[in-house]
Amino acid sequence: MYYIGIDIGSTGAKTAVLDEAGRIIDTFAQPTGWSSVDTAEAIRKTLVEKGFSPEEGKVVSTGYGRVAVPFSDKTVTEITCHAKGATRIFDDSDICVIDIGGQDTKIILVEDGFVKDFVMNDKCSAGTGRFLEVMANTLAMRPDELCTLAKSGGNTSISSLCTVFAESEVISLIGRGEKKENIAFGVVDSIVKKVAIQAKRIYRPGVRAVLTGGLCECDYICEALSKELKTEVTTLPEARFAGAIGAALLAM
Amino acid sequence: MSDYVKMWEDLGMDLETHDALCQVLPTAFGDVYLSQENRPEGMGFWDFVVSEIHGIRPSELIEAQKNGQKVFGTFCVYVPDEVVIAANGIVTGLCGGSQFWVPGGEKVLPKNTCPLIKASVGARLDRTCPFFRIADIYVGENTCDGKKKAYEILAEDVPMHVMDVPQMKRPEDIERWAHEIEIFAGVVEEQTGNKVTVEKLNEAIKIINNKRKALKRVYDARKADKLPISGKDALLMMQIAFFDDPVRCAEMCNKLADELEQRIADGVSVFPEGTKRILLTGTPLAIPNWKLHHIIETSGAAVVCEEMCTGTRYFENLVDEEQTTLEGQYKALAERYMKNNCACFTPNEGRIDDIIRLAKEYKVDGVIDVNLKFCSIYDTEGFFVERALKEAGIPVLGIETDYTDSDAEQLKTRVEAFIEMLG
Ligand code: SF4
Ligand code: SF4
Repeated sequence: MYYIGIDIGSTGAKTAVLDEAGRIIDTFAQPTGWSSVDTAEAIRKTLVEKGFSPEEGKVVSTGYGRVAVPFSDKTVTEITCHAKGATRIFDDSDICVIDIGGQDTKIILVEDGFVKDFVMNDKCSAGTGRFLEVMANTLAMRPDELCTLAKSGGNTSISSLCTVFAESEVISLIGRGEKKENIAFGVVDSIVKKVAIQAKRIYRPGVRAVLTGGLCECDYICEALSKELKTEVTTLPEARFAGAIGAALLAM
Repeated sequence: MSDYVKMWEDLGMDLETHDALCQVLPTAFGDVYLSQENRPEGMGFWDFVVSEIHGIRPSELIEAQKNGQKVFGTFCVYVPDEVVIAANGIVTGLCGGSQFWVPGGEKVLPKNTCPLIKASVGARLDRTCPFFRIADIYVGENTCDGKKKAYEILAEDVPMHVMDVPQMKRPEDIERWAHEIEIFAGVVEEQTGNKVTVEKLNEAIKIINNKRKALKRVYDARKADKLPISGKDALLMMQIAFFDDPVRCAEMCNKLADELEQRIADGVSVFPEGTKRILLTGTPLAIPNWKLHHIIETSGAAVVCEEMCTGTRYFENLVDEEQTTLEGQYKALAERYMKNNCACFTPNEGRIDDIIRLAKEYKVDGVIDVNLKFCSIYDTEGFFVERALKEAGIPVLGIETDYTDSDAEQLKTRVEAFIEMLG
C-alpha cells in the first residue's frame, strides 16, 4: 500500500508518494496546462509508469485543481495540506508557514500540528509567484535567475501593487537604463514586502517561520523575508512539495 | 414568471435588459435553493414569492397605489417603518444584491464604491427593477459616505427624503434621532395626506413588533442542536421580509416557526450530525446575494445566524408599546432604532458584544466576518471584531467580496480551509 498526494496549483502540479511507514518514496512535478483535467491524467500516467497505480493506493488531491482529479479518494484544501506537509518536512509542530504560490500566497500559523489561523492574499496577484513570473518575462529572464540577480542589486523600488502597472513601471525602468540587478531587486523587494505585511497579521514572534512552495529554491527570497520579518526564515528543498506531501500524509 | 409585461411597460422599465435578468434568476435560484434536501414546507411561500419576484408584490403595490396609498422605498434598517405604516403608507426595501445592476451604477459612481450602492443606483437608473420604479419617494439616510453621496445622485431622478442619522450614541444623539423621526413623520403626512396619530402609530408599532417577534422565532429555532432549517432558507425569509407586507410576513414566519419547532421536537435536521455551525457577521446581504451562504453550506458547514442588517439587526429589540403621546412614541422609536449597531457609529462596541453573545447563543464553531468590497467602515471595524473573537477563543475568518463570481473558487478554498481548521 502507498499513499499519494497530488497538489495541482495554478502553475505547477506536484505529486508525492509515501510508503506504508509514511516515508517519502517519490516526488515529481510537472507544469499545469490549460486544463486541470489533462494535468490529472498526465499525473496518473506518470504514476502508473513509476509503478504506483492510483487504483492500488489512497489518493488525496489538493490545490486549486483538486476537484479535477477523478481518481482521488478525497479533496483537502492546500491550507491544511501545506500545514501538514510542512510540519513533517521541518519536523516541528509549531511553525508559521509562508507559501508563495503561483496565484495565492498563504500564511499559515500551525500550533500543535494543527492550523490555528491563516491568511490568503485577495484576488490580485501582487506578492505571488505570478508577479515574479510576469516581471521575469519582461526582463527576459527565468524567475530563478531574477531572484539570484536581485541579491546583487539595490536602491530601486516598484511602487505599483498591481501586476499590470508594475510591469509598465519595470518597462520604464528598463527604458531609463536602470541596471538589471537593481530592477530585479525592486521586483523581489516588492513581493517580499507584500508577503511580510500579510504575514505580520498573524505571525507571532518566537515562532519558527518556514518557506514552502515554488519559490523556496531561491535563497535570496528567504534572506529578504528574514530581514523584513526580523526572524530567520528557513526552507528545505522538499518544501516545494509541502502541499503534495501533506496531502499524501492525509491519505494515510 | 407570469405575464407582467404590461405592468413593467407601464412602469417605464427597460424590458429588453430586464428580460435578461428574468432569465438568469430562476436558474440561480434553482441551483442554490431547490437543490437542497428536506426543506421545510413553509418555505413554499418564499419560493413562490421569488418565482414571481418582479410580479406579485409589485402588482400588489400598484393596486395599493390605485387606492391612494403611497409607497416609500428605503435602504437602511434605521428608517422606522412604523411611521409610514401609521399614515397608511407602505414600505419596501430597495437594496440591490445582484451584479446585474452594478455596471449601471458604475456609469455614475466611482469604481471603488461598494457593490450594494452601485447595484441600488444601477437598478434605478437603468430601469430594470419594478420596486425602484414603483416607490413614490425614496427615504435615504446619512450613514456611510458612499450612500450619502449616491442619494444626491438618485435625488435628481426621484423624490428623496434623507434622514440625518447621528454617528454617535450619546443621550443627546438619541434625542436628536427622535426629532429626526418627528420630521420624517411630517414628510410622511405630507406625502400620504394622512395624519400620524397616537392610536395609528401605536397600531403600527405593534404590527412591526409582531413581525420582529415572528422573525425571531425562526431565528431561535436555529439555536437548536439539530438544525431544522438551512441558513440559505432563513436568509431568503429575511431578505423578503424587507419587501413584504408586514402582517403577512409575520403570519408566514410564525407558520414556518411552528413547523421548525415541530421539527426540533421530532429531531428532524437538514444537516448531518457534526456539521460545523457558522455565524456570519458584516455588511448586509441584499437579495439575491446568496453567494457566501451557498459556498459555506456546500462545504460541509451550516450558517446558523447572521449578525447583519439582513439578520439579527433587523428584528432584535422591540419598541415600547405603552407610550401615550406622539412625543413619547418618537422617543421610544428612537431608543429602539439606536440599539442597532452599525459600523457607521463611533464607537461601536455594542456590535462586538452582540457578535460574542450571538456566537454563544447559537453555539457556533466559528465566525466569518464578511464585508462588501470598498466598504471601509465595516472593513476597518473588522480589526476589533477579529481581535475580540480571537480573545474569546472563537475562530474567525475575515472575507472581503463583491457580487461577482470571479472569486468564488478562492472563497471556496478559504471557507473549506476554515472549516477544516474547525476540526
Ligand atoms: S449596514 Fe448600516 S447603513 Fe447599511 S443598512 Fe445596515 S444600518 Fe444601514
Ligand atoms: S456596505 Fe458599507 S459602503 Fe456599502 S452601503 Fe453599507 S455601509 Fe455603505
